Amino acid sequence: MAITQLSAFLENRPGTLYDAVSSISDAGVNIRALSVADTRDFGILRLIVSDVEKTKEVLSDNVVITQTKVIAARMSDEAGALKKILKVIQDTGVNIEYVYAFTSSVAGSAYVVLRVNDIEEAEAVLARNGIETLSDSDMTGLL
Amino acid sequence: MKNYYQKEIETASREEILKIQNEKIVKQVKHVYDNVPYYRDLMDKKGVKPEDIQSVDDIHKLPFLSKDDLREAYPYGLLGTDLKKCVRIQSTSGTTGKRVVAFYTQKDVDMWEECCARAIVAAGGTDEDVVQVAYGYGLFTGGPGLNGGSHKVGCLTLPMSSGNTDRQLQFMMDLNATILCCTPSYAAYLGESLAERGYKPEDNKLKAGIFGAEPWTEEMRQSIQKSLGIKAYDIYGLTETSGPGVSFECEEQTGMHINEDHFYAEVIDPKTGEVLPEGTKGELVFTSLDKEGFPLLRYRTKDICILSRKPCSCGRTHVKMTKPLGRSDDMMIIRGVNVFPSQIEAVLLKEGYSPNYQIVVDRENNTDTFDIYVEFSPEQFSDKIADVQAREKALNGAMRSMLGIGPKIHLVAPKTITRSEGKAVRVIDKRKLH
Repeated sequence: MAITQLSAFLENRPGTLYDAVSSISDAGVNIRALSVADTRDFGILRLIVSDVEKTKEVLSDNVVITQTKVIAARMSDEAGALKKILKVIQDTGVNIEYVYAFTSSVAGSAYVVLRVNDIEEAEAVLARNGIETLSDSDMTGLL
Repeated sequence: MKNYYQKEIETASREEILKIQNEKIVKQVKHVYDNVPYYRDLMDKKGVKPEDIQSVDDIHKLPFLSKDDLREAYPYGLLGTDLKKCVRIQSTSGTTGKRVVAFYTQKDVDMWEECCARAIVAAGGTDEDVVQVAYGYGLFTGGPGLNGGSHKVGCLTLPMSSGNTDRQLQFMMDLNATILCCTPSYAAYLGESLAERGYKPEDNKLKAGIFGAEPWTEEMRQSIQKSLGIKAYDIYGLTETSGPGVSFECEEQTGMHINEDHFYAEVIDPKTGEVLPEGTKGELVFTSLDKEGFPLLRYRTKDICILSRKPCSCGRTHVKMTKPLGRSDDMMIIRGVNVFPSQIEAVLLKEGYSPNYQIVVDRENNTDTFDIYVEFSPEQFSDKIADVQAREKALNGAMRSMLGIGPKIHLVAPKTITRSEGKAVRVIDKRKLH
């Protein structure tokens, strides 16, 4: 039930993020969620978009991109919701590489994006604990 | 007062030096022809027989040796004597990873150390001095050469080797070092480190420094002299001929006297190979007049310099060479280590990267910075920062084991390294060295 994330390698200098976002925008693609991890030399832009194929098409001419599966877990938009999700994952011993979050137009719902070292195990434990995770088609519905 | 280690030879007349050189070269060429098949083949190809060489005036008839020859002849091809007679091997990095190994008999080691002793005495060294040798020890010739020279003079020798700055400073201060031997950039760094710890230049007992193995400027000399409160002397040499001490500076500080009783120097046009007259800029070529283990004749150093026989106020009569003014090949000297772009390319290909790279060398606070920008392929890209950084670290390690020094690796996206007129600029050296 994982969703598709695109990651782009951006040099750490003015304009690189703007250029990437412009291309996506010009293609009429909506960015549902994003995060940027930065180092001194470069940044990695991670994106959840409304149209993966189109985004790849417009970005790949200018930047290096890679496609990965991540988990988007639904949580209620209230205190303690993220803690509950992290707790069940921690108990399995699965490692979280990085995490970011977004909200949606569905009232009271927020989503946490999890990049983990064992996606099947993480999904299974979330399912066992009644935590809903999104699929690519769910994402299209949300947009 | 004039200081010489071997006054008679160091101040010998031009005629006396020529007489020594002429006697030695005739013997040496015959010996090499009889004992070094690699060079004999070169001579035969050029149609030169040992009897064609009757004096140093005939040296120009001999074929050149280059670093490529040394690589091809690796390891024993240019050995000049029975291996059993050799007592030492030193080595330097060569192109594409193959190293140059040089062999020394005991006589060779003694000659080399005497040359270093001349340099130490020229810098004011006596048996009263404490010599801190902060050049690397091991296969690199810097440490062993100055260490041996210091022994010959009878100095109290501190074989520190390079690095470990805290210990260097502690020994320098506690054991009253009077002469420091290291690369100029490390000398500058030690000067800054002393100041950072609250010492003034007059707080140390140093009086002189003998610095070499990398290019440095007159400005850098002034800055080192000021920060350490010393007189800074240049020294030059290369493993192929022996090591440091092929030439050295006297108190006049206007060039380095070449030890002409052991090394015959020529300056040639690097394109045509033609010998150029004194005072002309060209590539320096050395002939070892009496080396036994590794007797190279007409070895092309690729260093560009000018020779001068203008009389020197120090009384030494041996010809002087300028600091190297550049290179006739693409070798860089970074933190005292010889680096060829081809070595970097070889590592990149071996590690699965494209050979699209750019080397940026600069000097910050008198220390060389060494950065390599490398294009990675889309398959090598990961969404995890840790993966990218692990790649950079692994590449740094591979470079370090090839080059002897570790560059800072920057992975960059494909097609981002500037290409001018379709040809990539591989090396950007921002240092002002000459």
